[in-house]
Amino acid sequence: MMNDMRKIERDTAVSDIKIHARDVQVFYGDTHAIKDVSVDILDKTVTAFIGPSGCGKSTFLRCLNRMNDTIDIARVKGDIQIDGNDIYHPSIDPVQLRAKVGMVFQKPNPFPKSIYDNIAYGPRIHGLAKTKAELDEIVERSLRRGAIWDEVKDRLHEPGTGLSGGQQQRLCIARAVATEPEVLLMDEPCSALDPIATAQVEDLIDELRRNYSVVIVTHSMQQAARVSQNTAFFHLGNLVEYRETGQIFTNPEDPRTESYITGRIG
Amino acid sequence: MTTIVFVTLFCISVLGYVLNRQAATKLRADGTRLHSVPGYHGLYSLLSTLVPVAVLIVLWLIFQGPLIDRFTMSGLPAGSLGELDAGGRQLVLAEIKSISRGRIFGDPEAWKVDAADRYAWMHAISRWMLLGIVIVASLGIVGFARSRVAANFRARHGVEHITSGLMLFCSTIAIFTTLGIIAALLFESIRFFERVPITEFFFGLNWEPQIPLREDQIAAEGAFGWIPVFLGTLVITVVALFLAVPVGLLSAIYLNEFAPSRLRAVAKPVLEILAGVPTVVYGFFAILVVAPAIRSFGASLGIPVSPNTALAAGSVMGIMLIPFISSFTDDALSAVPKSLRDGALALGATRAETVLNVLFPAAIPGIVGGILLAISRAIGETMIVVMAAGLIASLTINPLDSVTTVTVQIVTLLIGDTSFDNPKTLAAFALGMMLFIVTLIINVFALRIVRKYREAYD
Ligand SMILES: Nc1ncnc2c1ncn2[C@@H]1O[C@H](COP(=O)(O)OP(=O)(O)O)[C@@H](O)[C@H]1O
Ligand SMILES: [Mg+2]
Repeated sequence: MMNDMRKIERDTAVSDIKIHARDVQVFYGDTHAIKDVSVDILDKTVTAFIGPSGCGKSTFLRCLNRMNDTIDIARVKGDIQIDGNDIYHPSIDPVQLRAKVGMVFQKPNPFPKSIYDNIAYGPRIHGLAKTKAELDEIVERSLRRGAIWDEVKDRLHEPGTGLSGGQQQRLCIARAVATEPEVLLMDEPCSALDPIATAQVEDLIDELRRNYSVVIVTHSMQQAARVSQNTAFFHLGNLVEYRETGQIFTNPEDPRTESYITGRIG
Repeated sequence: MTTIVFVTLFCISVLGYVLNRQAATKLRADGTRLHSVPGYHGLYSLLSTLVPVAVLIVLWLIFQGPLIDRFTMSGLPAGSLGELDAGGRQLVLAEIKSISRGRIFGDPEAWKVDAADRYAWMHAISRWMLLGIVIVASLGIVGFARSRVAANFRARHGVEHITSGLMLFCSTIAIFTTLGIIAALLFESIRFFERVPITEFFFGLNWEPQIPLREDQIAAEGAFGWIPVFLGTLVITVVALFLAVPVGLLSAIYLNEFAPSRLRAVAKPVLEILAGVPTVVYGFFAILVVAPAIRSFGASLGIPVSPNTALAAGSVMGIMLIPFISSFTDDALSAVPKSLRDGALALGATRAETVLNVLFPAAIPGIVGGILLAISRAIGETMIVVMAAGLIASLTINPLDSVTTVTVQIVTLLIGDTSFDNPKTLAAFALGMMLFIVTLIINVFALRIVRKYREAYD
């Protein structure tokens, strides 16, 4: 498995920095969950966050679309910029920000509405479509981007909760894509899926890289190796190592990274 | 005496516990492997003595009174009862009993004194017999249980059987009581419908349950159409819901989604205190505060308002229902998985949009279930309407009129000197039956809906 990785082509050379984070700290009450994390995430790239559970991967991911604001006890410090704009600046509306930074969760969470309404929800609240025809077009485009159009095009008005787990997750990806985000955050998007659905979602992630900057949290190192170009290893709230994926797996610099990928901690 | 019997039983059972436990401990000390630990052997003896003999004692105490009464009466010298009817016999028996307790009025006949002696004697005999039987039976069971102590005796399973039997018995009590209540209602309703045609009850538009008590009394023939009464219940329920549903819903949504956690920590218990206020206190509130306020407000607008309005009773009942609806709504909102809320927020929805478009639709089944249960409470609520609604049944849907309700009518029909064989009193049971059926139907619907939404997110 590990040997295969080196064969994967990695074209990270020509990308701009999309997210620029410096000295980020997160506290839950008195718990210091993220300690001094600085990272540059590239555009049109898949960046994987790996690390033992509880090390703060999800917490850091939630800093990037300010979902931590919805947790009462969470406090975020430090500087996070997307395209050079400080996203924690008072003039930034987190609600607008979240339309630009989409998120996909661990467990597929379609709304108890029709497939169509699931996708149309974001565009509707943000006023992205002026006419029904435009909305139809957005829905179709998003479902195509989510690689699920062919499976649902004849049942758009059936409930989204009636789909299989893998289809639901792709529906959620399509839903996130529908608000035309620039960054897609995915928190262990495949951990509730079977291997076949996982493979489909992974293909989709690779596809999404063309248009978005994708950040994916995963606890499967194989998955990180398969889909990502860059990998960040977190441990106990620290960012230990952040490098090109092939290198981090074949030639880790930090002993903690090495123990993790060889299975000694985790 | 009864205390002595129970104490004896208890002592003997404890003795059985000790005996069995010691025997089992000894077996084990001799090196045998026991199926059950000694404590279970002890418990087995204790329970198998205590439970059946206690049941025997209770049955004995229940039946000894009526049996002794019967023996006393049948043992009277022939002809002493003469032509007495059932009521007269009752009086004789009561006199005999009071003589036997030493309370003698006047100069009773000799045969009554004799009977009183026999009555007292039979009671004494019965008590001693009971004590004897309890001692013999419990010692017998203790001996039997002791003889079963052996390495491979499954005392543990025996204890299991006895305790589960006990639990089964307790759980059937509630069911049988309910069945008993239904049977009583049904029986009396049937007697009512023998006197008043069923069509008159269901379709009649007049409710005037006045019946001449004596032959020569001049009074209107009673009319028993339940429609105006039920309409009154409906009007008050509708008024109550108009107040309780929006206030309950919105307060629950606010507390669940918007309130800072410190406010929520204070406001939620306060809201729940409302549910603990006795309904009679709400009744006071309705009479003393709400009704006069409505009346003077109506007067200032020049609208005629009757002293007891459906509006006053209904709105106070609505206040009573607020915590009910808000706690159901709160539960339903909390039951919506956090992932749905996060999903909507992550798409850039505001909190209000999230609640309105995603959480609320997902919670609707639970909320509807809560509202239905609130309706059935409103229909069955008695105290507030007895105090604040009127007594005269009028066919109206104007909330500023005085209306009466099913529960109020039941109360007034049964208050005071009543005999249970005229339609006036029996009508109360027919109304009770209808109330029972209506609330039952609503509850069944409500529980179904509630259960359905519970399953939805597993
Ligand atoms: N909502 C929360 N409230 C309090 N503590 C939290 C919360 N979410 C996460 N934490 C704590 O923050 C740390 C990091 O958690 P998380 O980011 O979920 O880790 P990961 O996603 O890497 O498994 C853990 O110690 C966890 O207990
Ligand atoms: Mg996580």
